[in-house]
Amino acid sequence: MEVFLIGLIAATLRVATPLILGTLGELFAERAGILNLGIEGTMFCGAFVGFVVGGATGNLWLGVLAAIVAGILAGLLMGLLSVRLGVSQHVSGLGITLLLTGLSLFGFRLIFGEPRIPPSIAPFERLPILSQVPILGEILGQYALTYIALALVPVCWWMLYRTNFGLQIRAVGENPEAADAAGVNVFLTRYLALAIAGGLMAAGGAFLSLAQLGAFTYGIIAGRGWVCIALIIFGNWQPVRVLWGALLFGGVSALQLRLQTTGLDLPYEMFLALPYLVTIAALAVAGRNATYPAALLKAYKRE
Amino acid sequence: MLAIQMRGITKRFGPVLANDRIDFSLEQGEIHALLGENGAGKTTLMRILYGLYHADQGEILVDGHLAHIPSPKEAITLGIGMVAQHFTLVPPLSVAENVVLGYTKGLRFDPGAAQQHVAEAAARFGIKTDPAAIVRHLSVGECQRVEILKALYRNVRALIMDEPTSVLVPQEVDVLFETLERLRGAGLSVIFISHKLNEVMAVCDRITVLRQGRVVGTVDKAATSQIELACMMVGRETFGVTRRGESPQGEARLRLESLSALDRKGLPALKEVSLEVRAGEILGLAGVSGNGQAELARVLAGTLKPTGGRILVDNRDLTGADPTCFLVAGVGRIPEERHESMIGELSVAENLVLECLDEFTRNGLLDRRRVRQHGEQLIAEYQIKAQPTDRMRTLSGGNVQKVVLARALSSKPRVILASQPTRGLDVGATEYVRDKLLEQRDQGVAVLLISEDLDEALALSDRIAVIYEGRIMGVIPAGEASKEQLGMMMSGAWEVTRGETEN
Repeated sequence: MEVFLIGLIAATLRVATPLILGTLGELFAERAGILNLGIEGTMFCGAFVGFVVGGATGNLWLGVLAAIVAGILAGLLMGLLSVRLGVSQHVSGLGITLLLTGLSLFGFRLIFGEPRIPPSIAPFERLPILSQVPILGEILGQYALTYIALALVPVCWWMLYRTNFGLQIRAVGENPEAADAAGVNVFLTRYLALAIAGGLMAAGGAFLSLAQLGAFTYGIIAGRGWVCIALIIFGNWQPVRVLWGALLFGGVSALQLRLQTTGLDLPYEMFLALPYLVTIAALAVAGRNATYPAALLKAYKRE
Repeated sequence: MLAIQMRGITKRFGPVLANDRIDFSLEQGEIHALLGENGAGKTTLMRILYGLYHADQGEILVDGHLAHIPSPKEAITLGIGMVAQHFTLVPPLSVAENVVLGYTKGLRFDPGAAQQHVAEAAARFGIKTDPAAIVRHLSVGECQRVEILKALYRNVRALIMDEPTSVLVPQEVDVLFETLERLRGAGLSVIFISHKLNEVMAVCDRITVLRQGRVVGTVDKAATSQIELACMMVGRETFGVTRRGESPQGEARLRLESLSALDRKGLPALKEVSLEVRAGEILGLAGVSGNGQAELARVLAGTLKPTGGRILVDNRDLTGADPTCFLVAGVGRIPEERHESMIGELSVAENLVLECLDEFTRNGLLDRRRVRQHGEQLIAEYQIKAQPTDRMRTLSGGNVQKVVLARALSSKPRVILASQPTRGLDVGATEYVRDKLLEQRDQGVAVLLISEDLDEALALSDRIAVIYEGRIMGVIPAGEASKEQLGMMMSGAWEVTRGETEN
């Protein structure tokens, strides 16, 4: 039982890492009033760019950095479309997801052709020193990126609630007219929020290809971006509650993997569906009192 | 010292000339009214001064220097602040956060320090507010004080107030006027945008009147009168409604018998209300807001089911019927929230047929040509300044109300239910609406006029009923009613026993 629990907790943190990074990113975008449906594509692009650069240079951290830069660019593109040009956020976000998915696949074909087995690299290793701690070693011995993701939760909270930039983000997402009238640069604030958002999302994608899998596959993101959007609602747009959401989803995902191996006579698809069912149930309960950022989905235009 | 001069300001919105070569000057330490009807160009002019709009032509001088004001940020730097009609506050943030927003330096934001600074600023200007309070929980008057504080915190020396009293209850208006006078005492200047003559006369030093985008003139308060201002505003010599002679009163068209209903919280809002509105009369229902008027209007529209009593229209029992039945029975409605009764994204012509779609349907399809013709006809008849194809949301308040009137009256109603039909309208539109209601009365329609404006109720009604805490305190002929008597009834201090004066 102990072994089972420790294994479960360790896996939960691992599975939750890309979700934490993705939701923190989406959180910045949505608190600034932009629903960034480009998250799925941005994560995919981050996984691809990180994999290629990490593999080519042999420096995995360079891969992460490249993914973040790609994510920032994707965020700025979202800004160009939804902030500058006032395109519907649904349309521009889905467009970015399609564009980045397509571009990444195209790049993949150019570089790797159509390999039978996905190309792989030597991934990040788990922090070796902490792995040797007795009993808890498996839990503590996570990837550095997992620790970074966890540390980013209070950092993001601090940025949103204890910096002037965060105050501006919150104001812009609730009432851009008011923020503008108060002298806040609505457009710049939204661009910056989207850039941060894109960088975090892409880092989440890079975690999958550079740490968890050490490989790049077509289905590497597998809807995690959409899950992040649901987790934001579950977390009521608050960094810490969003973390609980990511851990809950990660926990159920890790649990279903273990349940599959227990030999229960059920179709494995039912186990696969479990995290999503739990998400829907949790959303149905928590989402009822959701207080959306009031300006979400609304393009701001000066008259 | 801050003196502002605007010279030859011109601003177009498409084909509409909103400001036409406007000259305007503001001196230090004065409260200067900008008076005009809705759509006269007051707000446009001030939004130009505040950097929200950009003038097509003209120049602005601040303290004698040519000023370029591309955005509110520059306006604030120059010492010009604005409190808009719709507050520009962020509801989930605290008062302090709202005040310092956009006026903070450095990286860190310290909520405690911000609250302290804001409390100090509030104390300096004598403005009562709680810096830690969340704006969402504040009353309208409190929000307005936060807006003023926000401007003062930015060292503004000229404050533009856009129709500041339109959202306030009378007590809050008094507080606002005290605040403005205190600011004037401290050497600040205020531009007070309004279309209410009595307020302008009460608080302002000078008055500039705009009409249709042009300056009619600037006058000193001491040298003018409400009547002169009204004439300048509307450009007509006649002012006010004139009641035509008594029309013979016919049978009871609308009868309420011991009607009771609950409000949204499930508390009794109407308690055994009995009323009778006869053909050819206007029955005014006076009362302080929130004493059951809204629920009565909803019950009579069919959107709220009464818990007891009966509603009879032409002796037909409509108790608990749905809204369509009320429309078919000939109840025309002029609802309190005029924007909620219209669909902003639909055209004017489409909105005009919303209540009688069946008449414009052929073989299950909407007959678009007839809808358009119907729209054109009503637009001409009711002098609505719009095209049939214009989106409803692009219309000004006065024109929206004309569409509401046109829709309600074109179906030849037998009973008209008018809730606050002139609230928020300018003088011209108010007069128009009142004339239309009187015209309907003269044609033998029974009109129930729910109005919180006692002057309006007195001017239009044949009889006046007073509602207090969901009960009718009495019905008296308007000719015999005095304001004092009605005031006592409205505050529940006096109830006319049934049958005493009801004839």
